[in-house]
Amino acid sequence: MNLSRTARASLWAALALGLGVIYVPLGVVLLNSFNSDRTFGWPPQGFTLQWWSAAWRSTGLRDALWTSVQAGLGATAIALVLGTMAAFAVQRYRFFGRDTVSLLIVLPIALPGIVTGIALSNTFHSVLGIPLGLFTVIVGHATFCVVTVYNNVLARLRRMGLNVEEASADLGADTFTTFRLVTFPMMRSALLAGGLLAFALSFDEIIVTTFTAGAGVRTLPIWIFENLFRPNQAPVVNVVAAALIVVSVVPIYIAQRLSGGDPQTR
Amino acid sequence: MFPVMPHQAVTSVTIPASDHAVRLRGLRKSFGSIVAVAGVDLDVADGEFFAMLGPSGSGKTTVLRMIAGFESPTGGTVELGGRDVTRLAPFERDVNTVFQDYALFPHMSVLENVEYGLRVKKVPKAERRARAMDALKSVRLDGFEKRRPAQLSGGQRQRVALARALVNRPRVLLLDEPLGALDLKLREEMQVELKAIQREVGITFLFVTHDQEEALTMSDRVAVFNQGVIEQVGTPAEIYERPATAFVAGFVGTSNLISGAAARTVLGKDGTFSVRPEKLRVVLGDSGDPDPVGSDEHSAEGTVSEVVYAGPATRFVVELDAGGRLIALQQNQEVSSMDVMGLRGHRVRLVWQRRHEFAITS
Repeated sequence: MNLSRTARASLWAALALGLGVIYVPLGVVLLNSFNSDRTFGWPPQGFTLQWWSAAWRSTGLRDALWTSVQAGLGATAIALVLGTMAAFAVQRYRFFGRDTVSLLIVLPIALPGIVTGIALSNTFHSVLGIPLGLFTVIVGHATFCVVTVYNNVLARLRRMGLNVEEASADLGADTFTTFRLVTFPMMRSALLAGGLLAFALSFDEIIVTTFTAGAGVRTLPIWIFENLFRPNQAPVVNVVAAALIVVSVVPIYIAQRLSGGDPQTR
Repeated sequence: MFPVMPHQAVTSVTIPASDHAVRLRGLRKSFGSIVAVAGVDLDVADGEFFAMLGPSGSGKTTVLRMIAGFESPTGGTVELGGRDVTRLAPFERDVNTVFQDYALFPHMSVLENVEYGLRVKKVPKAERRARAMDALKSVRLDGFEKRRPAQLSGGQRQRVALARALVNRPRVLLLDEPLGALDLKLREEMQVELKAIQREVGITFLFVTHDQEEALTMSDRVAVFNQGVIEQVGTPAEIYERPATAFVAGFVGTSNLISGAAARTVLGKDGTFSVRPEKLRVVLGDSGDPDPVGSDEHSAEGTVSEVVYAGPATRFVVELDAGGRLIALQQNQEVSSMDVMGLRGHRVRLVWQRRHEFAITS
């Protein structure tokens, strides 16, 4: 498509503005983590690594990080198993209510977190009598983490078709061998992409976590939220935010590469 | 390029049971209320190059899939080499398939693809590597073993699929529209190549196609499918020269039927009859020849309604005075497009030898 010079320039400007709104504040966070002024005066007064070393020494922060990693891994593991099984059922078999099941699996990601949170909290605490803790956080996160795995695997199965599995059976492989040598390897990147997204979703979740965590369990987002308004801790929170920006770029980049790529080309 | 071999004289003769590569009896398949295959009996001899020809939806692919074991029949039996395999899974049958879209494993190299069948059958690594390399050599793809399927052209992928199937030395090789995805030039090359490979390995080839020319040029015998049943089985010449039904006459070549009142007037008999277009001689009404029709010939008068010039030959569409229309194909030995195009609207007489007209069961 041919655009005039002015049209092209204004489209570029719109793009720059849109991306700027998102990424300039993140840049400010990164810069402020090195800002020697405790109140984040602007422009930065000087460069310091003291907030980074304070963050490194904070045991509350380290405990919260470890809790978050456990919750993320647990929720991702459940999501991988259930999401894959659900995707196979919906894609490979015809059964009564299949479309409804598919909708019900995807729905939790659209449900407001506060609704999921209240619902789960009530059910765990009052109905089932399960004490709130890390386990309930993991289950709570898994409800929406399943969706990312489900969607990724479903899309891959759809694109894969049945042909390669038929070819494998035709060449003498039984069902299990076919899964091991053909189906699973072809699904692997979809599982990785879905798993990374699931982990990322769980890692920064705060609403459902608040309702399902109970008193003793503190994930990283909850720790940040609690410390955000304490003047002493504010610079450390900034460091955590900066570190998370850097760390989250990597899995999202990988996930995008994996789910966007055509399996035929790999 | 290829040694000229005497054509195998495999016709409708009875073959001892043990020599049947494939034997189908009363094979039926329904998908819900849709009947895809409505009772098929078929014998394919060992070493035959056999085509299942028919339009899409005629049931030929479903029959192939039932022989491979991907679909289980609603009724009837499938025998391979005298053994009933109707209830066996695909991996328990001594057949291999070349799929229409090749179905290569995208995450494996060409060599790994070809080795796959031997690998799952636990053939030792050194042996399977040697056999896979041999198979690749036989389809002229040595040097490509490290590539991924995505890095190959359509014709090369087709040959990988062939090597992947042949390396297992199956009793029967099934080919599902094997050349359908290739362009015309490549398709013609592969037709010759497939035929040569089949002669070399001596394995029974059973292939599905909707292309009548492909079926006629490649196969020893052809089964013509229509609406879930076989209309006719025979050599290409039998199918073409003596179509048994109106459907076969129309699907294989151009349908040229004389029936009803026209049959009574022109041929003096009742029924439906077929004459191939190239058997008809076009005699101009004003040629001065009073009676060009010999005693062993039939003729019909009519008017040329359409002239189609096609390079080496010209097609004349002639509306018969007695009713109906016939298409005549004439070699352009001396005429040019200028000459023939002027014949539209002219009176002509079509003449053919009686032995070239065949009764058709409708």
